[in-house]
Amino acid sequence: MAATVSHRRSRAGSGRLIGRPVGAVPTALLLIGAIYCLFPVVWVLIAATKSPGELFSTATLSFGTGFLDNVAELFAYRDGVFWLWAGNTLLYAGGGALLSTAVSAVSGYALAKYRFRGRDAIFNLLIGGILVPAVVLAIPQYLLFSKIGLADSYWAVLLPQILHPYSIYLARIYAAAAIPDSLLEAGRIDGAGEWRLMSRVAMPLMVPGMVTIFLFQFVAIWNNFLLPFIMLGDDGKFPLTVGLYTLLAAGANQPALYNLILTGAFLSIVPLIALFLTMQRYWRTDLSSGAVK
Amino acid sequence: MRANRLGAALAVALTATLASCGSGEPAQSPEAATGRPASSAAQGPVKLTYWTWAPNMDKIVKVWNEAHPDIQVTVSKQAGGDDAAAKFLTAAKAGNPPDLVQAEYQHLPSFIAADAVADLKAETAAIKGEFSEGLWRLVTLGTDAVYGVPQDSGPMMLFYRKDLFDKYGIAVPKTWQEYGDAARAVRKKDPKVYLGTFSSKDPGAFTGLAQQAGAQWWSISGDSWKVAIADEPTRKVADYWGALVKEGAIDDMPYFTPEWNKALNDGKLLTWPSAVWAPGVLSSNAPKAKGKWAVAPLPQWNAGESYSGFWGGSSTAVSAKTPNKAAAARFATWLNTDPAAIDLLVKEAAIYPAATKAQSALGQAPDYFSNQPDFWQQAAAVSAGARGFTFGPNVGVTYNAFKDGFDKALQNGTPFADAVQGMQDATVADMRKSGFTIAS
Repeated sequence: MAATVSHRRSRAGSGRLIGRPVGAVPTALLLIGAIYCLFPVVWVLIAATKSPGELFSTATLSFGTGFLDNVAELFAYRDGVFWLWAGNTLLYAGGGALLSTAVSAVSGYALAKYRFRGRDAIFNLLIGGILVPAVVLAIPQYLLFSKIGLADSYWAVLLPQILHPYSIYLARIYAAAAIPDSLLEAGRIDGAGEWRLMSRVAMPLMVPGMVTIFLFQFVAIWNNFLLPFIMLGDDGKFPLTVGLYTLLAAGANQPALYNLILTGAFLSIVPLIALFLTMQRYWRTDLSSGAVK
Repeated sequence: MRANRLGAALAVALTATLASCGSGEPAQSPEAATGRPASSAAQGPVKLTYWTWAPNMDKIVKVWNEAHPDIQVTVSKQAGGDDAAAKFLTAAKAGNPPDLVQAEYQHLPSFIAADAVADLKAETAAIKGEFSEGLWRLVTLGTDAVYGVPQDSGPMMLFYRKDLFDKYGIAVPKTWQEYGDAARAVRKKDPKVYLGTFSSKDPGAFTGLAQQAGAQWWSISGDSWKVAIADEPTRKVADYWGALVKEGAIDDMPYFTPEWNKALNDGKLLTWPSAVWAPGVLSSNAPKAKGKWAVAPLPQWNAGESYSGFWGGSSTAVSAKTPNKAAAARFATWLNTDPAAIDLLVKEAAIYPAATKAQSALGQAPDYFSNQPDFWQQAAAVSAGARGFTFGPNVGVTYNAFKDGFDKALQNGTPFADAVQGMQDATVADMRKSGFTIAS
């Protein structure tokens, strides 16, 4: 036992020694990737601090002096319509992600742990669904929702995003890996019904996977533009993405509201960052370790 | 604890949403309501929805709603541009379009072709005289029908840096010939500075310049369309700009880009042939140059002429599917011809009105052009000589062909006339595919 431990240690030690120069390349690549992803965010942050006069006349990466004015102006724009849009976005993203997570978790659990006729057919259909981009479906969905009289309603944006094939796929994979069959068997022997098994045994084990799905869906709906753009006619139901776009394409008659758009874009990513930071702690993958002895 | 805080934030946001939803309902004023006839009171007021992107339109509509309790209009502010046209067409196809829609002149024919807008001939018979013949043609397409009420227009003018013209000793060009000479002169005086630029991303600007030269891209005779995008005036305009770009006398950066903004701010770009709405763009994109710009009529193709073209402008159209066509037409008429309404349009929505009388009534110059007190008089004079043409049912295709063709022409240095021919071919092919009859 001691031999293996020391063996491991020495391997780890030598690996680190040899790994140093080799590790520099992946680190550099990751750094480049991080810069590539973060630079636009930094740009938005910096641009949001510039007053309209500074926006196109000062250096790209130098902070401006107008952040608070921009924020005040944005909140005053059309009697605070920004808050209405922010509330709508929260409703679409929060409600949609919650419902979608619930549907995905239950379906994924059922697909992973039960054998029934047509299971593989359903699963293959879902895999096929992953391959169809949501963008392609937006207009057919709009025509369908118009037919049943739901276009231009909150449901028009919420419903299409609840069933998300990729999330179900993810939930199935996660359920298969995280819920040991023997645990379910033990539950059955102890006399638990299927509903109790799912709600008390399976779902708690799936929480990390559900958090992942929730975050994915939340971000996807938060950033979704095309579906609400097509579905909604009433600007009181717009989410932030579509709402801010009306500021951008407001015709050429009045001065463009670049500073408001940038500030709005910046403020609208703050909740996403906050969400990721607070939800991170749920990302513990080995919840089930120790459940089965 | 954290979860609680999140929950509280969620609750606050949701209440805010609900509260603002409630306040978004059109306010009914009881005083006004009592004055309305008993018959309409029984049915309740007619409710109209109106898609527009003009700023502050809700404030203007509020004035109408207070004066007309029996016709209540709700504004839904949309994003403008080509996307707005596509969205309206989709909504019309799905059967739930708004009752009223802001329609850019170039998109109106596609609405007509899709049977999405109503003929307002009877409702607008009395207001025809309020608009110039050129603008009226844009909403009739030269037919007997009337598909919208003109709202704003964008006659083109030449905007130039007066201070730098003085510095380099250049006179304001009266003809395009002089404009070309001035472009070369500027390059000699300062190689870092250009007189102007040709944008391959803005088909609207090129269309306006072609209109000035007398182009007639589309026309209808009976049931068939005639397409003449590669007509002689258009080729003349294309060749002229192509030659200037090729010899390096003017730049080839597109408008409305950060580098363009920077060039305007830094005084590296001395002119912009643009429309009457340019002060709005300049004041936001080149705030540093306030008070340094001036305006003149577009250079002419022949000395002594005074022609211009249109870049932009829109009308108010009534959806073909609305159950309240008469009420919608009344509102559209009021909005674009009533003096009080036009006054609001100018002040609140910052448009250049289409109605002729209102154009000459404009007083104080835009703030950015405070050094040019006769700004609106100049605009009205230019507007009188502006000529448009009938737009076709697939302007989107034509405009995309413009961008593709001229991008390539700039990149490869091929003649601009080829790009024009490409626009013609793409447009005709698309119209044939959609089932239009093309007269040759």
